[in-house]
Amino acid sequence: MDFGFCLSPSSHVKMDDIDLTTFNRLKDANPDINTCIACGSCTATCTAGNFTEMSFRRILLMLQRGKEEEAKKMIQRCMLCGKCTLVCPRGINIRKILLDITR
Amino acid sequence: MKENILIIGGGAAGMEAATQLQKMGLTPIIVEKSENLGGHIAQWDRLFPAFHPAKDVVDQMLSQVKDIKTYLNTEVADIQKDNDGFHAVLSNNEKIDAKAVILATGFDIFKAERKQEYGYGIYNNVMTSVELEKFFRTGKDERINNPKKIGFVHCVGARDVKVCNTYCSKVCCTTALKQACEIKEVFPDAEVYTFYMDLRMFGPGYEDLYLKTQKDFDVKCVRGRVCEVSENMDGKLVIKAEDTLFGKPLKMTLDVLILMCAMEKNKSIDTIQQKLGIADNSDGFMQNKDMYLGMNGTAQDGVFVAGACTAPKSLPDTIGEARSVATQVFNYINNK
Repeated sequence: MDFGFCLSPSSHVKMDDIDLTTFNRLKDANPDINTCIACGSCTATCTAGNFTEMSFRRILLMLQRGKEEEAKKMIQRCMLCGKCTLVCPRGINIRKILLDITR
Repeated sequence: MKENILIIGGGAAGMEAATQLQKMGLTPIIVEKSENLGGHIAQWDRLFPAFHPAKDVVDQMLSQVKDIKTYLNTEVADIQKDNDGFHAVLSNNEKIDAKAVILATGFDIFKAERKQEYGYGIYNNVMTSVELEKFFRTGKDERINNPKKIGFVHCVGARDVKVCNTYCSKVCCTTALKQACEIKEVFPDAEVYTFYMDLRMFGPGYEDLYLKTQKDFDVKCVRGRVCEVSENMDGKLVIKAEDTLFGKPLKMTLDVLILMCAMEKNKSIDTIQQKLGIADNSDGFMQNKDMYLGMNGTAQDGVFVAGACTAPKSLPDTIGEARSVATQVFNYINNK
């Protein structure tokens, strides 16, 4: 019988259980990844972000919070125009990092 | 012109003001309640942003005040003002007459127990930034046992209406990142997280320290305030915070949690402050004349303030104020 109740999964990101292998590999190849200050310039200027949920800032966070699949799905929106790399105040080579993630 | 200037407090502000006043030909007298000069800075290991040993600075200041009359382990028990100036009675019953008084009484550290949700004094592995600094100085703390995961909580007792401290304590952000780098130096394999609301890197070289923290030390800065701490069966700490940039709550296990405690006014001088007619400002620090040109003056003619007794201040801020208070006192004595 269905009473209309169910158990919702926890929305917590459980940092203890996260597998950071992909992020750490990415970080070793692109140490500048660490210097992000989450200013959001990349996302604000993003051509694809104008029409989709694409956000490099969020992709970086997804990888650090164990949401690799979500990140890879979002990356498909990228058109590799490289404007994000132009505007990044920390000089992060975002376009290269995006390519490295999908590789 | 050998007028006495009574300086209450022998920390950075008091020592520097005394040094300058002596050079101006006045006679500063320092009254310090503890057994040493140097104040909080003498308890510190290294200074931000460049990891300069605090001892170097303190030793230099101490060498400059060695000929200045100093009372240690002494408090001002009573003070009165008449047309000749100020008449103070010390706790050792000595009497001092002075033409002007400088309050350089500094700050106290916020008592971390007051933020009960962080579990200081309840869970063994929650400690304060001051205790961590002591670990760097002495290399000893039984709570720090080859930790693998370390967390820092910013704004403990600051920007918090619940503890009546709405102000920013100014130096804790930079101190947290400095200490995060230092603990990585000691334990390079540890993961270090800092939980901040804003990172206020306001001074020269401070942003460079932030960059260094990210680039060279791989410290992970999470934007979000830790909301609660508990202990699991292994005696490790479980913390909850929201990653506000990601928009999701986080949960993680840590070996040690460091609380970046705010500055509060040093209240041990309250009776003297009241006798001198100096009120508190809305942050609970001493009220100065105004925050621009009158920062060293007070409502009472002849009473001056310098350093962290009026607001949280960094060491360079304090030294700047100590030097400016000396000028103000000199002008006051000379009716300029």
